[in-house]
Amino acid sequence: MSRTWMPRKQPRTGARGAGAGAVTDADRRQLASGGGAGGQNPLEILKRRFHSGELGSVPVVLGLLVVWIIFESLNDNFLSPRNLSNLSVDIVGPGMISIGVVFVLLLGEIDLSVGSVSGLAAAVFAVLSVNHGMPEAPALLLAVLGGTLIGAVQGFFLAKVGVPAFVVTLAGLLGWNGLMLYLLGASGTVNLDENGLVAGLTSHYFTNVAAAYGLAALGTAAFLLASYRDVRRRRAAGVPARPMSEIVLRTAVLAVISLAAAWVLNQFLGLPLALLIFLVMLVGLDQVLHRTPYGRMIFALGGSVEAARRTGLHVSLVRISVFMISGTMAAIGGLFLASRVTSASQTSGSGNLLMDAIAAAVIGGTSLFGGRGRTWSALLGVLVIQSIASGVALMGIQTAVQFMITGGVLLIAVVIDSLSRRAQRAHGRV
Amino acid sequence: MEPGAPLRRPTAPLLALRGIFKRFGAVQALADVDLEVRAGQVVALVGDNGAGKSTLIKVIAGVDPADEGVVEWDGHPVQVTRPHEAQNLGIATVYQDLALCDNLDVVGNLFLGREIHRFGVLDEVEMERLTLDLLDTLAIRLPDVRLPVASLSGGQRQTVAISRSLLGAPRLVLLDEPTAALGIEQTAQVLDLVEQLRERGLGVLLISHNMGDVKAVADWIAVLRLGRNNGFFDVTTTSHEQIISSITGATDNAVTRRASHGWEA
Repeated sequence: MSRTWMPRKQPRTGARGAGAGAVTDADRRQLASGGGAGGQNPLEILKRRFHSGELGSVPVVLGLLVVWIIFESLNDNFLSPRNLSNLSVDIVGPGMISIGVVFVLLLGEIDLSVGSVSGLAAAVFAVLSVNHGMPEAPALLLAVLGGTLIGAVQGFFLAKVGVPAFVVTLAGLLGWNGLMLYLLGASGTVNLDENGLVAGLTSHYFTNVAAAYGLAALGTAAFLLASYRDVRRRRAAGVPARPMSEIVLRTAVLAVISLAAAWVLNQFLGLPLALLIFLVMLVGLDQVLHRTPYGRMIFALGGSVEAARRTGLHVSLVRISVFMISGTMAAIGGLFLASRVTSASQTSGSGNLLMDAIAAAVIGGTSLFGGRGRTWSALLGVLVIQSIASGVALMGIQTAVQFMITGGVLLIAVVIDSLSRRAQRAHGRV
Repeated sequence: MEPGAPLRRPTAPLLALRGIFKRFGAVQALADVDLEVRAGQVVALVGDNGAGKSTLIKVIAGVDPADEGVVEWDGHPVQVTRPHEAQNLGIATVYQDLALCDNLDVVGNLFLGREIHRFGVLDEVEMERLTLDLLDTLAIRLPDVRLPVASLSGGQRQTVAISRSLLGAPRLVLLDEPTAALGIEQTAQVLDLVEQLRERGLGVLLISHNMGDVKAVADWIAVLRLGRNNGFFDVTTTSHEQIISSITGATDNAVTRRASHGWEA
């Protein structure tokens, strides 16, 4: 952008002009203190965020800790390396789907078809590779692209025809499930090659301890380097920057968590390939959301369609593309779920998979009302949901109890979302 | 007030409308409307509800072009039939509903639709620097440019919307009721900003219902009544009553005729 409005060299007259000229560095720092960039007491920042409804991932992390403490106190196998390692692979399928749901929720829309699309993708892959003998790689690609195409079709009906997303994707929920059943045919279940590419997605582990520790160290180092470069650029530009102490603290927290996770994983089979792919997708799509003009458009649309439209944004293109992302992620998630059970069956993508994927996004802190959320909420939310499922299974309680607990957690999450919205509104209308 | 500026008349006005007509079905919204705005001048556009103020703004902004009439920019006739044509000329419009994204921070809103990026990656540092520079030069105080605008007060939101319009380096700013629904303190902030724009040599066309605001900040007052010009007054020499009567049409007397005559000469 070249046509930036710059101050003209004009003598400033009058008291107001003098006031403008007298803005010092100190004023400027005050001008933009606090928030993400300020050098204030972290407790104060937290307090202000609480009052203004900017809680971020604090509630879900607390919730996760509570869930883990409760189940560990009831059964000390819960936090065993074996169970946690399995948990880290179990979350990948629903987590992938949930990332796509986060994108759709950011627009303030909903995608009810993700469960059926995930099942359909698994069926497409199974039928192509097993029944028709297609090599696994192209079959996998076709299954994923099928999800993209489905997203494009649903997005078209939403953005160009004007059918509400709820109805379009509800039709998709039924239609794609029907198509899956039709593809699977009478047999109903297609077993995948146990040693194939897709089966390996969730069964392969990097058994070398260096892999998990290396990933943890690499991630932490990348975070530290990026933060440090950001601070240096900000200081060079004279823009408020985070104090180094805060960066060191954040890096330390990340290092402790990632190294602890690596240690736990290495106690069992090592770093699961599925988890690695999931983390790469999370970080990559988070960067897309927060560091690209495209991601900014998604947030803008979720904030105010009219404001976005007036800036010349192609509203329908962005909407269609977001549903394409959602369809793609659903298909990828479906393949991971099929890989976990090395088969595609009539129950693929059914049950409460859809509700889990949406609930995970919301529990993780993505707003149902659009415009607020991160891809990380998919990870945190799905961790909560799968932890409950895993804990309940460990204790041998009925799934009935699991549903009730998960329902309660979801309710709490939505209440927090609504309350924080209300707090924001109250804070805004001073 | 700067007494010298508005009286300087040798150069062509920044914006001149001549004989603007606009009809919506059976309603003649604008009939033979003339208007001039010069650089470094604040012109208040006043009139009762339905007088055609918003219609006129939409004509200038290219949202709803005129049926007939000439729009002159820098003394040359121009076609303004679409919003981006007006923007390219250097006309920025701040609508009454502001059109801000509540969930984005101040920087995000300012640069919405024209983000600075390097190799496809948003350059947040550069955008924040330019934002702080712009707010500095306009003497705008905000608690934090990284806070979502939902947490700003009404006046602060208005100043954000106005500053955003300035990023495109406009020469004329159209403000549609910028002080409606604002408190006293917040209104003062916005009026301060309007004066800043004049000091920078921009032309400002301000729609307002509030005579106090108009008297405080405008150099000239253009009155519309039932879609027609009904006077063009110098703020310093016109009484409150004269303007009110011109708006309501209570008296079509010598005073208003004299004032409008002085403008047309």
